[in-house]
Order: sequence, then C-alpha cells, then structure tokens
Amino acid sequence: MPLSSSSPDRDQRTAALLAALEKRILVLDGAMGTMIQRHKLDEAGYRGKRFVNHPKDVKGNNDLLILSQPQIILDIHRAYLEAGADIIETNTFSSTTIAQADYGMEALVYELNFEGAKLARQAADEYTKKTPEKPRFVAGAIGPTNRTASISPDVNDPAFRNVTFDELRVAFRQQVEGLVAGGADLILAETIIDTLNAKACLFAIDEFFEESGIRLPVMISGTITDQSGRILSGQTAEAFWNSLRHVKPLSIGLNCALGAAQLRPYVAELSRVADVLVSAYPNAGLPNAFGEYDELPHTTAGHVGGWAKDGLVNIVGGCCGTTPDHIKAICESVTGVAPRKPPKPATTMRLSGLEPFQLAS
Amino acid sequence: MSDASPAEAPRPATAIFVNIGERTNVTGSAKFKKLILAGDFEAALHVARQQVESGAQIIDINMDEAMLDSEASMVKFLNLIAAEPDISRVPVMIDSSKWSVIEAGLKCVQGKPIVNSISMKEGEEAFIAQAKKVKRYGAAVVVMAFDEKGQADTEERKVEICTKSYKILTEKVGIAPEDIIFDPNIFAVATGIEEHNNYAIDFINATRRIRATLPHAHVSGGVSNISFSFRGNEQVREAMHSVFLYHAIKAGMDMGIVNAGQLAVYEDIPAELKERAEDVILNRRPDATDRLLEIAEKYKAGAGAAKVADLSWRNADVNKRLAHALVNGITDFIDADTEEARAAAEARGGRPLEVIEGPLMDGMNIVGDLFGAGKMFLPQVVKSARVMKKSVAYLIPFIEVEKAKNAALGIVDASKNNGKILLATVKGDVHDIGKNIVGVVLQCNNYEVVDLGVMVSCAKILEAAREVKADIIGLSGLITPSLDEMAYVAREMQREGFTVPLLIGGATTSKVHTAVKIAPGYSQSTVYVPDASRAVGVAGNLMSMQNKHTYTAEVKADYERMREAHARQQQSKKRQSIAAARTNRTKIDWKAHTPEKPRMMGITILEDYDLAELVRTIDWTPFFQTWELAGQFPAILKDPVVGKTAQNLYNDAQSMLQRLVGEKWLTANAVVGFWPANSTGDDIELYTDASRKKVLTTLHTLRQQMVRDSDRARANMALADFVAPKETGVSDYIGGFAVTAGIGLEKKVAEFERDHDDYNSILVKALADRLAESFAERMHQRVRKEFWGYVADETLANEELIAEKYRGIRPAPGYPACPDHTEKALLWKLLDAKTNAGITLTDSFAMWPAASVSGFYFAHPQAEYFGVGKIERDQVEEYAARKGMSVADVERWLASSLNYDPLQAASAS
Repeated sequence: MPLSSSSPDRDQRTAALLAALEKRILVLDGAMGTMIQRHKLDEAGYRGKRFVNHPKDVKGNNDLLILSQPQIILDIHRAYLEAGADIIETNTFSSTTIAQADYGMEALVYELNFEGAKLARQAADEYTKKTPEKPRFVAGAIGPTNRTASISPDVNDPAFRNVTFDELRVAFRQQVEGLVAGGADLILAETIIDTLNAKACLFAIDEFFEESGIRLPVMISGTITDQSGRILSGQTAEAFWNSLRHVKPLSIGLNCALGAAQLRPYVAELSRVADVLVSAYPNAGLPNAFGEYDELPHTTAGHVGGWAKDGLVNIVGGCCGTTPDHIKAICESVTGVAPRKPPKPATTMRLSGLEPFQLAS
Repeated sequence: MSDASPAEAPRPATAIFVNIGERTNVTGSAKFKKLILAGDFEAALHVARQQVESGAQIIDINMDEAMLDSEASMVKFLNLIAAEPDISRVPVMIDSSKWSVIEAGLKCVQGKPIVNSISMKEGEEAFIAQAKKVKRYGAAVVVMAFDEKGQADTEERKVEICTKSYKILTEKVGIAPEDIIFDPNIFAVATGIEEHNNYAIDFINATRRIRATLPHAHVSGGVSNISFSFRGNEQVREAMHSVFLYHAIKAGMDMGIVNAGQLAVYEDIPAELKERAEDVILNRRPDATDRLLEIAEKYKAGAGAAKVADLSWRNADVNKRLAHALVNGITDFIDADTEEARAAAEARGGRPLEVIEGPLMDGMNIVGDLFGAGKMFLPQVVKSARVMKKSVAYLIPFIEVEKAKNAALGIVDASKNNGKILLATVKGDVHDIGKNIVGVVLQCNNYEVVDLGVMVSCAKILEAAREVKADIIGLSGLITPSLDEMAYVAREMQREGFTVPLLIGGATTSKVHTAVKIAPGYSQSTVYVPDASRAVGVAGNLMSMQNKHTYTAEVKADYERMREAHARQQQSKKRQSIAAARTNRTKIDWKAHTPEKPRMMGITILEDYDLAELVRTIDWTPFFQTWELAGQFPAILKDPVVGKTAQNLYNDAQSMLQRLVGEKWLTANAVVGFWPANSTGDDIELYTDASRKKVLTTLHTLRQQMVRDSDRARANMALADFVAPKETGVSDYIGGFAVTAGIGLEKKVAEFERDHDDYNSILVKALADRLAESFAERMHQRVRKEFWGYVADETLANEELIAEKYRGIRPAPGYPACPDHTEKALLWKLLDAKTNAGITLTDSFAMWPAASVSGFYFAHPQAEYFGVGKIERDQVEEYAARKGMSVADVERWLASSLNYDPLQAASAS
C-alpha cells in the first residue's frame, strides 16, 4: 500500500467539505461526454501519441483521454470550476477492467484512475487557490460497468450471469485504489443501474478503507431509467436506499436517464426516507428525436432551484447534455438557499427485495 | 399472524410480526427438497412464487442437504429468483448452517436480506469475523443464543448470551441494533423429561427481557420445534404452535419460522385442547403433559436437532491456529498468534525457538505432507512459506536477545533443523525463479537454506559451502552453458575433497545429462532434481542416516544404467557428413520470391515502451508452468485439480499487473535493426549499405546433420538457408532484436524480500519474464507489419500469435535453431543493445536483466523453427575455422549439441 493512512491535506479537505455541506447546497459539475464531443475527436485524436499502435479501435473511450489528451480533460474540469462547480468528477466513469475490456485496455485501469484523479486534483487546487472561500473538491467517479450482476444477459438462461460479485469487487477495488492514490476527496458511485453491482463496489470501498486506514466520504447515485420509477435492476428508490444504507454514505441520490422534471418525484422519495444528504443531477431534459439534449440552462436550473427551495437536496449538478452554462445557471439558482436537513426516521429494520420492507421495532 | 395479506399493505410493508415460511427450505419442506434434488428448479420457483402470492413477506431459502452442492444450489436459485420480479419483490432470508453457503448467497441479492444465522458457538472471534462480513454485505442477521458452552436452554443463559452478542455486534462490529434478530432457541416441551417442561416459558420470558433491555433488536424462533414430541399428530401440533405464538408474540417475539399450514387460528382451537396445550406451554401444572397426552395420540420423539454452525479455526488453540494459518497461507493473525505461542513458551520456562521447532514446524510438516500428496499446490506452499517467514521474523528479536544472554553466560546455541542446503545459480546464468521456489519449499520443510544468488562462481560456491558447513549443495541453471559449469563445479568438488551431496536442477538440466556429464566427475552423491516438489524427498533421503546409503547406491546404479543406455544410443545416432547434409539444404526458389525491403533500415530504438500494451498479449501458459501448474491457459483455470489454485494465482497476477503498469515498476526497452544480407554457404553476410560491397559482420549458422529418409522430403536445415544466397543476385535482408522488460525489477524484488514476501518476489519476476516474452512477440508483430512491413495487413488474434501462425521467425542464439550462444556477441555489437536498450551480456552470454529476449528476424515465407540437433566433429571443425575460434572452445560452447565425446575424439585424433 503506497498510500499513507493519515494525510493532513486530505483530512483538512474532508473537514472543509463537511463544513461547506452544513452551510450550503454544493454544486457538482456537468456532463463530461458532452464537452468531449465538442472536440470532435477522431480515432487518431483518441489515440494520441501513446496509443498509435493499439490494436483495437479506441474512439469513444472517453476515459482514455486522461492519458492521450490530458489537456482537453483538464480544460473541461477548469470550465466547470469556472462556472462555479464545488465538486468536479474525475473522468473515470468506465475505468474498470470490466468496462475497459471492450478496448483491450484493462492493463491501464490503475493508471487511468490515478492520473484521472491527479488531473481533477490539479484543476480543483488551482481554483481553491483562486477562491479560498469556496474550496473545490474532487469526486472519484465510479460507473456501474457495462455488466449487471443481477440480470442475465441471456434470456434463455435466467440463472446465467456474465459478471460475478467477486469480479466486480476486484475491479472496483483497483479503481478505488487508483482514485484515492491520485488524490480524490470523495468517492462517487454513480449511475447505478444494478444495486448488486453497487453493493460489490461499496464492499470493495469498505474493504479498502479498512485495510488502508483511509476513510473518504462516499456518495451513492442511482439511475431511475424510466417513468416506472425503478432502477434498471427493478428496485424502487426506497428499496435501493434500504439495500445500501448500511455503508453510511455521505449522500444518496439520483442522476442521469431523466430530466429534472421527470426526476423530481424520486428525488422527493429519497429525500423523505434517507437520513443522509441527498444529491441529484439530472440530464438536460429528455433527448430529442436526434438524440440531442436541448433543454436550456435556465430551464434545468429552474427545476433544480425548485428542488432546493423545497428542501429536497444538498448536492445538485448536471448529467448528460449539461454544460458549463447549465452549471452556472444551477449555481445561481441554489445560491443562498438553505440545504436540506435530513429527517430522523424511526429506528426499524428496513429490508428490501425489489420493494422496501420494514419490521417495526 | 399467518402470512399477512400484501394487497392492502402500505408501501413500505411494515409488519408487527413476520412469519417466514419454510416452503423453500429443503430442511423444512420435503416437497421442495425433492424438487431441488431432482434439479427441477422451475417447479421450485413455482413454490417460491406461490409463497409470495399467498402473502409471505420474506422468503427463507435453505439448501442444506448432504446430497446437494449447497453453495451452487443457493446461487442458482437466488439468481433465478432475481429474474422473477413477482418473487424478488420481497426480501430473502439466506438460511444455512454453513457460512460459505451464506456468503455465496449474499453475493447474489441486490436487496437487503437477512442472514440466518450466526452465533458465538465457535467463539467470539469467528462470530465477529462473520458479523463484519454480514455488515459489509449489508444484511440483517439472525443470531442464535449459542456459545462455546452450547445452546442456551434456560432463561438466564438465553438472556446472557443475547446480551453479550448484542454488545459485541453494536459496539465492536457496528451493526445497527434494529438489524439484529435473536433466536433464543425454541426447544421441545412435553417430552416426558421434567427439565424440558419449562422450555417454552424460558423462551417467552427471555424474549420479554431481550425486548426490554436490548433496544431495537428483534426476536425470532423456529416454532415447530416446540411440538416435536407430538410428531404425527398435526392437530395437537398446530394447537401448540398457535398457543405458543400467542404468548410469545405478546412477550415481544416479532418474527418466526413456521409452516403456515401448521398453524391453527388461536380462537378456533377447541377449548379443551387449547387449555391443555396452554398448560403445557406455560408449564402451569405438573401433570400438563399427561393431560395433553390423554387427549392426543402418544407420539414421543427426541428434541429438535441443533443447528450446526461451521467450524471456525480462530477458536482452536494457538498451535492449531498456527498450523491452520500455515496451511491456508493466512498472515492476518500471525503476529498475534506467534506472540501467544511465544508467551506460552516463556511462561513454561521455554525458549522462543520452541515456537519454530514446535508449532511452526508441525504446521510446515503438514504443508509438506499435503504438498507431497498433491493436495496442495506450489503457489499455496509459497504462501505458506510467507506465513512462516513472517512468524519467524517476529520471533527473531526474541531469539537474538536470548542468544546474547546465553553468549554472556558462555552457552553455545545449537539449533536443530533437518540440514543446511546451499543453493546457487551457476556462473554466467541469471535465472533464479526455479531455484527460489526450491529454496522456499526446502525452508518449508525445516531445512536451513543459504542462497548465494545468481552468477555464482565455482570458487565462491565451494568457499561458502565450507564456511557455512553446508550439508548439501544445490546448483541451478537455465541456459545450456550452465550445464558445463555444473560439470565443472562437480569436478572441482572432487578435486577439493568435498563429500557432501550435490543436487542438480534447472530447466535445461536433465537426468541423462547429470548421469552422463556431471555425476562421473564427482565420486559422492550427485542427484538430479526434476522439480521443486522432489527437492524435499531427495534432501530427506540424503540427510537420513538410515536411508542415505541405500538411496545413494540406488541413484548411482540408476545413473550407471543410464550412462550405458546413453552410450548405446549414441552409437545408433548416425549422422551424415556436413558436405552431404549441405546437398539437402532447404529448397527455396529464389526466382519465385522477391524479398521485401525493410521500411526502416538500420537501428530503431524503442525506449520506455508502454507496459499496458504488453499485458494484453501475455502468453499465460508458461506463467503457470513456472509455478509447476501444468495445463493450457485459460482451460487451466477450470481444471478440477489445480483450477482453484491457478485462478487465485491468476487473480494475484492480475492485481499485481495493475500496479506494475500503473506505478511503472518496470521499464521496457527494445532495439531492432535491419541490414542488407546474403548467405554464403552456411554463413550470412550483413552489409554496411545497399551496395552490398562492404561486409558489416558475418553470422554463422549450424546445419542439421541427422540422416534423412532417402526421399529427402525433409531438408537438413540451417538458418542461412532462409536468406538468399549471394550468387543468386537477389537483394535480401536480415533483422535482429533485443528487448527487455526487466529494468527496475531488482529494486522491486528487493522490496518484497525485505518484507519476507517470497510469493510476490517470485510473482513479479515471473510476470517480468512474461512481459519480456510478450514484448518480443509484440515487436515481432510490429516488425512484420511496420518496421520490415512484409505483411502490413496481418490480422491475427492473440491465440494465433501464440501459436506462431505468422510468416517469418525470430530464432534466438542459444535455442535449438542456433544453439551457439556466442553468436549473441555479434548481435549485441550490431544492435549496441547495452547502450540502446540497457541489456548486457554476462561471460556466459546470458542477458541481464534476465527478463530479456533477443534474436534474429528471418522473413522468408519458408522460414521455420527447427532444432539443429546433434552435430558431428566435421562441422564443428569447419565452424570453428569460420568463426576464428579454437575447436576446443566451440566444443565447450556447443557441448550439449555434440554427437561425440570431445575428450575421446581429441585423444583419438
């Protein structure tokens, strides 16, 4: 373990983060993919110099740009910080051996996470220096991978799984180690489409915390995929919370798939049941017929600002289709609005299948 | 109180009492058991669905049946349930007496389940370990009132154990109190044994106290146990269950496992039966049992069987724990356990060394036995050795203190072990993975191993052997020149009057070579050791006073037979003259093929090559061979015998690769070069430029001299055949390369060794070797596609690459197609590989760092790998003349390729 369990810098930043969350609603950054698309990189652009000879196509491997086009990623981080984001996410959504297998880049996983966190750290530190009264933080972003531990990919064999809990656990552990070593202030398990994947991820994080002696705040963010109000693997928002609350996260929340308007009831549901902070960062509306997001910044910010005023959220931001302009508008919409105070629900045994269950104490 | 109706249940479903059905429990439902045993999972799913449809709020799943693979059945059933939203909408209770089954189940559910159950039966430590896992998987948990003394039967014991468990779980483990469900044991009443009469009351009273004093915790129990003595009389049983629950629920029991079909409605029980059942449950009168029997049929049976929790090694005494840690390679508790053993030794006036000689050696003997019996595999043994080393490292300061004390008192320390073995990789050779493994295995078996490292000169070996008073000397080597060096060491041992046994091992060594070339030089025992697993047996025999003489005599006799057989074979190994062999050279039509000109003539240097790119093309099969695990990758991971070990090893390797790449432990460099070339006879001339006027250097190749069939379908090949002869006028080319992935390896190995971590030390070396091989493969591919570019459009999968299904070859000096290592000197001069890639050559032409590969590139479509085989003196003499070397020198370097005995040949001529 090259990491030292105690780091005054890290401890100080954690304290600053918690202090800031007491006082105000913090804003996450917006979409990374949308910003990358603006560069219209071709295959060669994705490869950069280092991967000229890589045998597989890598166009679309956005995480790879950390290594092949670090300047682009750094500038996107800066653009969001400039727009007012308090927390920026590392560009490591797919930096697991499982997700990188598509590109034959499994061997780069630790490096991607390590360097990805370093880039974001660099940008965040620059802005903390510029505005010391508004410290900036780095969330080490962990995506769900492209496989699901609860859902068979083979309709004819429902007992089949193409990924196991242990495979996920190992993959996420590698990712977390890289993110923490690279300087992330917190871990953000996001866009969760299968709670079992998330459980493996949180299991790995907890093991890492115990073994390293390092403990960072953890944000959890699920994805309600459609108007059924359930995540892809079938759980309702409350069942999802019951499955994961044992890790005592910094926050629980939702992101992606829906626009702010559609997401509101589920954010409200989590806000009602969760005794931790609530985060929400929607897409810029629903995609239009061309698959583009065209919700204007002030529209998104209007919805998000409404959540804030109604006391539903502590951390907000943007997902697919959002840009620095959206983040700027969201920042303005939540400025001066008091953060949500978590409720103190009755102490009861809360279990879940796809649906929640309580046994009164 | 039966399975409550779900339809009008508010979301989330909130319950006051939860009844957990037993219909998907093989121990509770004969029907379900039959379905599962028959593999009829579809029908089994139907049972689960019915259960939820009829209102079950939680379904209990239990696969504890001796005839089942319980883990696999649990996983399969839970996976199937996950695909059925109308079943998986409710939480599951993962029920097993085996922790491994529970854990397998926990890995399959996305919801928050209940684990049923854990207890302090195996002591606090195991209980805590399992509870921590429960917490980490995010489950609620049933805790049985069970400790090392047994199952709690009285009210006091029930309360005492539950209270203690509660404190541990909430204070030490951090489980939320509302996630704890106590099972204070429901035992059968009305058994006819007076002490049993109060069991129901004990349970009910304990429940009341638990609910009152342990906030938020729940109480559950297996209700049907209570009526065991009335088996066969369902009506009485139902009444008893109902009455019992009526009172227990009032006391605070809020969960229960009972078959809903075995439950009467309290109000519907006939008054007489209800009263008499109540008398029994509440132990209201001494004749209660008799009175219930009066109105029921008489069925008596024993009490319900206790649930058996899995064994937990942490609860055993310290010696057993040490043995367990060694056998299972667990370092987590080793310091604490070592200290406990040491303190115990001290307390009885013993010495710290006793811990090594006692429990540690006992443990390692078990490891040795299991390894010898093929029940443990090398990676496991190396892990065991890591545990051993950690434990010994812990003890050393204590031993030092003791030694200092004794020295002050003038006492000489004479510690016992099986013997002292000196190991060395001989001069000129840098390969030591195999030797290190042998060292570890020997240490595991209580031999003291003095490892002199690599490239150890004969003088140093002998000096050290005398100095440390070695009982056995072991020599190792991988490259062919090492064979001669070993024979030399043997002769020197003879000359200097050594008497200790000599062991020979390493990839190129063989029993034949040892018998024919080494053993005759040394009159004492000389034994060939084929692999690490045999080292212990051989050493054991040689060190045993009883077996030594017989064993030595047997080996000598065996080697003598081998020498005779070899001599006979030699005579029959007919060779043809080199002149005749040349007339049967590889037939190539040079008019039919125009050699492609390399795109990048001269030297190309690739510094600090991306390791990540090399990871992808690793050929894993030889990696497993390094660890003496035989089998093709990836099939080896599923091998019934070594699969699990291989998989663990592979996982460790993958994890290490991540760090190795991410933290850039190693630096990979390569240098490749291409030159105009033509063959002249069996030599290849390389030219300074395209004019082909000035010779840059001349490479020398050797030709096969074996007698071919008369139809000459197979040629007598030499590498020179694959380059266009000068006289054809065809402009041909040759390439050369040297790659390494070993720069920085030494530092990393030293780090691991400082930490007594042989396992990772060997692992990183093995991986560096694989990366170097992968690098050579990758370079060859890039040569074909880019640098030489003769097949720019090649598209082959990794498996095809490993199977060498491509055009062109990259033979290395010292390998079968060009067995002469000294040609490497010419290659080094051409490439300046020392400056350009940081790879140097030893006196024996071994590459340093050892994780390096070099060779020549031949591009002709007919170029193929072959072995030169044994050659005759006529070729050797001619070859020596071509190279400007003495015949004796060439014979020394080609010793293993000679088809004759150079000493005899010299004396004959």
